[in-house]
Amino acid sequence: MEKEFETISGIPLKLFYTPEDLKDFVYEEKLGTPGEYPFTRGIRHTMYRGRLWTMRQFSGFGTAKDTNKRYKFLLAHGETGLSVAFDFPTLYGRDSDDPLSKGEVGVCGVAISSLADMETLFEGIPLDKVSTSMTINGPAAVLWAFYIVTAEKQGVKPDQLRGTIQNDILKEYIAQKSWLFPPEPSLRIITDIMEFGSKYVPKWNTISISGYHIREAGSTAVQELAFTLMDGFTYVEEGIKRGLDVDSFAPRLSFFFDSHLDFFEEIAKFRAARRIWAREMKNTYQAKKKESLLLRFHTQTAGCTLTAQQPENNIVRTAFQALQAVLGGTQSLHTNSMDETWALPTEKAVLIALRTQQLLAYETGVPNVIDPLAGSYYVEYLTNRLEEEAYKYFAKIRELGGMVKAIEMGYPQKEIAEAAYRYQKAVEEKKKFIIGVNEFTLTDEKLEIPILKIDPRVEEEQRERLVDLRKKRDNNQVSKTLKELKGIAQSKENIMPPILECVRAYCTLGEICGTLKEVFGEYRETPIF
Amino acid sequence: MAKKIRILIAKPGLDGHDRGAKVVARGLRDAGFEVIYTGLHQTPEMIVRTAIQEDVDAIGLSILSGAHMTLFSEVRRLLKENNAEEIHLFGGGIIPDEDKEKLYQMGIGKLFGPGTAIAEIVDYLNQIFKAKEK
Repeated sequence: MEKEFETISGIPLKLFYTPEDLKDFVYEEKLGTPGEYPFTRGIRHTMYRGRLWTMRQFSGFGTAKDTNKRYKFLLAHGETGLSVAFDFPTLYGRDSDDPLSKGEVGVCGVAISSLADMETLFEGIPLDKVSTSMTINGPAAVLWAFYIVTAEKQGVKPDQLRGTIQNDILKEYIAQKSWLFPPEPSLRIITDIMEFGSKYVPKWNTISISGYHIREAGSTAVQELAFTLMDGFTYVEEGIKRGLDVDSFAPRLSFFFDSHLDFFEEIAKFRAARRIWAREMKNTYQAKKKESLLLRFHTQTAGCTLTAQQPENNIVRTAFQALQAVLGGTQSLHTNSMDETWALPTEKAVLIALRTQQLLAYETGVPNVIDPLAGSYYVEYLTNRLEEEAYKYFAKIRELGGMVKAIEMGYPQKEIAEAAYRYQKAVEEKKKFIIGVNEFTLTDEKLEIPILKIDPRVEEEQRERLVDLRKKRDNNQVSKTLKELKGIAQSKENIMPPILECVRAYCTLGEICGTLKEVFGEYRETPIF
Repeated sequence: MAKKIRILIAKPGLDGHDRGAKVVARGLRDAGFEVIYTGLHQTPEMIVRTAIQEDVDAIGLSILSGAHMTLFSEVRRLLKENNAEEIHLFGGGIIPDEDKEKLYQMGIGKLFGPGTAIAEIVDYLNQIFKAKEK
């Protein structure tokens, strides 16, 4: 086999790097002090000495009650933030009893169809004490409203709430594919959310601009970096177009990246992302507040790199990837469990994943010194290269008329599909090894770890709960609030207040999203491969 | 020259994980099959209708959402109902071994898991259709 030495993004690699590779390198310009512009070395002066990253395991399955129990388990074992995984029906704004939900209720995440489910999900968990991240996009406004009203019922005010809604619709069209409405009304809703958040829920991250799903769909590190930041610029431009002051919403934009296989390229990616974002926010978008320049990010280790074969090896893969994220200066981290190519994780598997982070935090000494790889000829060279490659994509997308146009033309989708196919071919030609899959395989391998099963009764229980809810609530109030919502959706007013009213009246997720679909229509994709 | 084998690659249900479906569709096309890809969010009715209209020889369902038991049975039932059982039904995704066994007993063709090389799928389809010619 003739071995080619290059990163996963295809950047060719020398045997070693020297000062020659960093000829125009000026320390203050490229790196600076941690916590100072351009923030390449990290967004805080003290980084992990001041505060460790948040250990946040993405979690949700079955009913709200099942997941509530898992949250309490994770918090009891030292997790420091919650992260809600919703099932497919919820991600698409559909109730558990919708015909398209058949077979999917509670399977890939937790089923949340109404305020009543959200109340159960956080029963006994004080919402002024935890921060909660919710992976929700198309129907983000509704799930956020469920959360705000659940807190209200606990006596917690919106300005005390800390957390994140993903609310990044552009990457849905590009990669994750859980969309509801077409791009234009989606961007209007997102801007409504940013505006509402900056006024009433000031500690909440109103968008988590996500590269994770772009990467998992098969992109390279360069594509992940470029498309994600370009999505971010698009949201900033929408806010400015609305007439919002960039410094009123930019500090609440956060990011979410993948931590994939190529150790140094991933670290370089995180560092380059911070530098690019700070520069563009300052120079292009004229942000004045320091907080507006900071690229704060969550990281998840790469699910797509885990193997169904010899699943215990995934513990090791995840540990390397977690180390990359911490060396890259992440603000929070999810570590995947070894069994996640098979199903949602068992308690035992998720505990090992959480322990991996705790080992890194408390045993290795890694968090003691900020950005320890700075000044490495190789890492600085790669950081520069990733930055340059990202700017090439920015130029290309601008040439196409911006990200929304590019998406409509299928440009990022095609680039990612190409990269995914190239990767698959490289694996099949054994140019890339995957341990346990195309090299070092076992014959007659049997799965020896337990797998979490979702009881099919979950779907029935959810249906029964919904029937019950629809009987008990004040249905006049339901129709009245839905009618008001429709009126506001047709106007230019902010959509959050009428959604909150619907939620208080126990309108279901499907009813609220259904009403909005009547006004905004539904997105349809032209499939390409 | 023999007629090209036509394959429908389909994504049923709400599952949005389409990386595998698209890679397989492309790989089968490069291997000489005629491939139609449905795109996302298809109901079993839509899939069976497309399969009949497009006169395909096989349907490959891609399911990574855990809804495989419901969706495979439903597509299978609709094929029967429409007298289209000669269309070979196979698939891929995240399907635990015990569920695979149950699906095989229902007469579903091979189910490919993570880590499968496209060449394996190509060989499988060639064998199925060579056997059918005889």
